[in-house]
Amino acid sequence: MSVSTADLKRLGEVKAPAGMAERVLAGAGLADEYARFDTVIGAVYVAWNRNGLSAAARSRSADEFEAYFRAEVRRAVRPGTPSDEMAHRITDELSGKRTLRFDLRGLTEFEQAVLRKAREIPYGQVRPYSWVAREIGHPSAVRAVGTALANNPIPYFIPCHRVVRADGVIGNYGGGGPEAKKAILALEGVRVQQLADLARSGIRYQGVKTTGVYCYPTCHHGRRALQRNVVWLHDAAEARAAGFRPCKSCRPAAA
Amino acid sequence: MEGVEHVFERMVHDHQDRLYALGYALTGNRHDAEEVAQDTLLRAYRALVRYSPERIRELKQRAWLHRIAVNVVRNRNRRPGPRTVELNGSEQDAAPGPEARALRRIELDGVAAALACLPERYREAVVLRCVQDLSYAEAAEVLGQPVGTVKSNVHRGLRLLRGENDERFDS
Repeated sequence: MSVSTADLKRLGEVKAPAGMAERVLAGAGLADEYARFDTVIGAVYVAWNRNGLSAAARSRSADEFEAYFRAEVRRAVRPGTPSDEMAHRITDELSGKRTLRFDLRGLTEFEQAVLRKAREIPYGQVRPYSWVAREIGHPSAVRAVGTALANNPIPYFIPCHRVVRADGVIGNYGGGGPEAKKAILALEGVRVQQLADLARSGIRYQGVKTTGVYCYPTCHHGRRALQRNVVWLHDAAEARAAGFRPCKSCRPAAA
Repeated sequence: MEGVEHVFERMVHDHQDRLYALGYALTGNRHDAEEVAQDTLLRAYRALVRYSPERIRELKQRAWLHRIAVNVVRNRNRRPGPRTVELNGSEQDAAPGPEARALRRIELDGVAAALACLPERYREAVVLRCVQDLSYAEAAEVLGQPVGTVKSNVHRGLRLLRGENDERFDS
């Protein structure tokens, strides 16, 4: 046959077969893998790579999770088998032990700061959005904090559910809506209804007369105080006026 | 500071089509093309993890990857044992498209097979210049040959592909 330069040029335009990039990355040990885990909050699909956990979602099927992963994380992902250690860490993490690492590449520095801060909130406690904003040094970026938490690629493990609105509304939740958020918090022992009632009546903090310290209501430092020693407070000014100082653990106000 | 994994991931996405086309043109079939492309990228990764950040930043990725791929193909050709032989058009299409696409595929297999009949030095030069659209200077750098040698190899290769006899062939 006689071959022209136009034929040769067209040969150069062929595309690599689907899945080749994925196979290469897997060969280099860089591919994301995923598996389904049965956890305290039900079945969760979790993806990981050598940097740590990269995504989590309560998808209804493996196909749905793969589609979610490709759209959100924009990398290839394939089914895998987690090591025993990984499986244990995943179940431990959901009962409050913090041992996992996360792969947050692809997120902005601000988003990463928000998610790292959310992870500092202890199991069974909640903080308002404004607390996260203040703690990461952007006190006026409360809305941006909300957006960053809503786009958390690894819900449940990075506990964006522990960030709630100061006015008692539970707030939206990317991991399955407000009801799912309430359910997960209840599972962690947060008295969601009581918290909402307090917030709705304008109460933000609890002070303990014997220690002179005021905290967020879910902070574990104030939980053993006797009811008769507890003072409910509306804001930081009221707390200061009553002689309380902010708790150094939950940091209800800038030190 | 960007990690080597990230650099590599982008490299895979940016160059996978070019390397697959290169493998296809140099080996003459799609199965070997994927092996060549994968092998090239994995070798590149093993090299990248040993390179300093400055060296990675200054890397001319396209020429570098082409040089690795040419070597991968040369090593395969020297390997003892039977080489994969594929009948043109015998492979199952993953997603059978319209008839026109299937025809185009068969035509391309014919072009690749014609290239496979050329002597290695002509094939490499023609593929880098005419299929991959590298400049003569880039192709010369990839092959480690003088520009004049590459030009004459491209010229002779193209004459053979057009079905013209080259009296200097194999001289």
